[in-house]
Amino acid sequence: MEKLAAIGRLGLDIFASLGRSGRFLAGVLGGVSKPSVAFPLLLKQLYSIGVLSLAIIVVSGLFIGMVLGLQGYTILSDYGSEAAIGQMIALTLVRELGPVVTALLFAGRAGSALTAEIGLMKTTEQLSSMEMMGVDPLRRVIAPRLWAGFIAVPILAAVFSVVGIWGGMLVGVEWLGVFEGSFWGNMQSSVSFTKDVLNGVIKSVVFGFVCSWIAVYQGYDCVPTSAGISSATTKTVVYSSLAVLGLDFVLTAVMFGDF
Amino acid sequence: MYAHIEGRSLFREAGPVTPGRLLETGMDTSPYIELRDVVFSRGDHRIFDGVSLDIPRGKITAIMGPSGTGKTTLLRLIGGQLRPDSGTITVAGEDVPGLKRKALYRLREKMGMLFQSGALFTDISVFENVAFPLRVHTSLPEDMIRDIVLMKLEAVGLRGARDLMPAELSGGMTRRVALARSIALDPELIMYDEPFTGQDPIAMGVLIKLIRDLNSSMGLTSVMVSHDVKESLSICHYACIVADGQIIGEGTPEEIQAHPSEQVQQFLHGHPDGPVPFHYPAVDAGQDWGITGRSR
Repeated sequence: MEKLAAIGRLGLDIFASLGRSGRFLAGVLGGVSKPSVAFPLLLKQLYSIGVLSLAIIVVSGLFIGMVLGLQGYTILSDYGSEAAIGQMIALTLVRELGPVVTALLFAGRAGSALTAEIGLMKTTEQLSSMEMMGVDPLRRVIAPRLWAGFIAVPILAAVFSVVGIWGGMLVGVEWLGVFEGSFWGNMQSSVSFTKDVLNGVIKSVVFGFVCSWIAVYQGYDCVPTSAGISSATTKTVVYSSLAVLGLDFVLTAVMFGDF
Repeated sequence: MYAHIEGRSLFREAGPVTPGRLLETGMDTSPYIELRDVVFSRGDHRIFDGVSLDIPRGKITAIMGPSGTGKTTLLRLIGGQLRPDSGTITVAGEDVPGLKRKALYRLREKMGMLFQSGALFTDISVFENVAFPLRVHTSLPEDMIRDIVLMKLEAVGLRGARDLMPAELSGGMTRRVALARSIALDPELIMYDEPFTGQDPIAMGVLIKLIRDLNSSMGLTSVMVSHDVKESLSICHYACIVADGQIIGEGTPEEIQAHPSEQVQQFLHGHPDGPVPFHYPAVDAGQDWGITGRSR
């Protein structure tokens, strides 16, 4: 009976947390600041969340593209189809790896930093002092970070895919000697803008929104102690990763599931 | 000399605020803050159980009491950051718990609060911290913001520290910068949360002087939460002591000193045992040592 009660309590806690995060999101999205105030704050966050994440995105994209080129060549050459390597790399990156790996890297690099920053602001009473100065922290602190993540992830995913394709080309064409014309030609003829590129963009938009929401909510809702911040940062990375992988399956089934 | 920021005076007439002066100048002598039958609980723990209190306008009121009795919670209730379970809280004639978000934020522009940690924004300089409320709530030109910020920093003796970052300040300096920031908009009410905690004697002396001088020169209503009895009673006009969810004593510093309640006297003189027992409630000692049957 006690176990049943514990399960019930856990369920109630989960729903209470979902309700709080929903109210929190409504509070963030519901308030509109003046563009003259909101835009500089958004730009600052786009720099720290987006621009400063570029290095890890570019390096990861390059290596993943190179590995795809190497593995793709090894497998395809067994069937004499190494000319299809460009098509394979592009579709893999644009449909799946670009949005998914970018979101996972974003959660680890920027999401955890967002949670820690907001959590520390809460712990040191900076959010409370802002409230007492008549400034809504949801608009001033949270909203620019949420929107910046939402905007930055699709752009970072596009950069990831482009750099990945270039890395695959380096290995496939420059190193292993696949004919350059077939590498690019097969890619061009098989990658559809609406079916592949646009669906990849939709995925990265969804992932960007979910990862940013989780990160700012965990920071805002954390217990204001060092252990609380540590726990919230861990939750951000774990929940974001699980949400991205779970949503990826659902979105893939919806987008490409016309079996 | 008067200047105005969107209808608000920048400088007010200096001089001590006394009841006589209030009458002469025709100022309102009604309480600035009124609490009536306020009940507030956190989970099952009742923190305030029907507290009623009047905080006089233009005076320094000290709210004292042992740690954990809800003094800071009382400030958060006054500032509208928490809502009472029942009862009314009126600030400047406005019912705080009943205010809509926009009206509450507008009321808070009349309030300043000095947090125990200072709560400075760590990513911007001392100057920008003090300028923050001016930039958010006014559309003053940059040169006027600069002048006001330097005046506020001069008032707390830190004009020369304008370019430092919060991490470079000592604890006392942090609170003085936070004080400058909280008076940047020339508020009517200022609330101090444990202003003397952890301060060395010089920093404490500076804070006492600042609180007293700001109150008299700006005509502020000041509410100070503290458990530093001597320092608080030396500058306040009115004091109250909170314990067990109630106000157990209130009056002028002299009235508080002569209060008949044993609990008040224990708190004022720091007796280790009395109505607030030295020992945390526990099972019989004989049980713990196995004399009258062993406990867990």
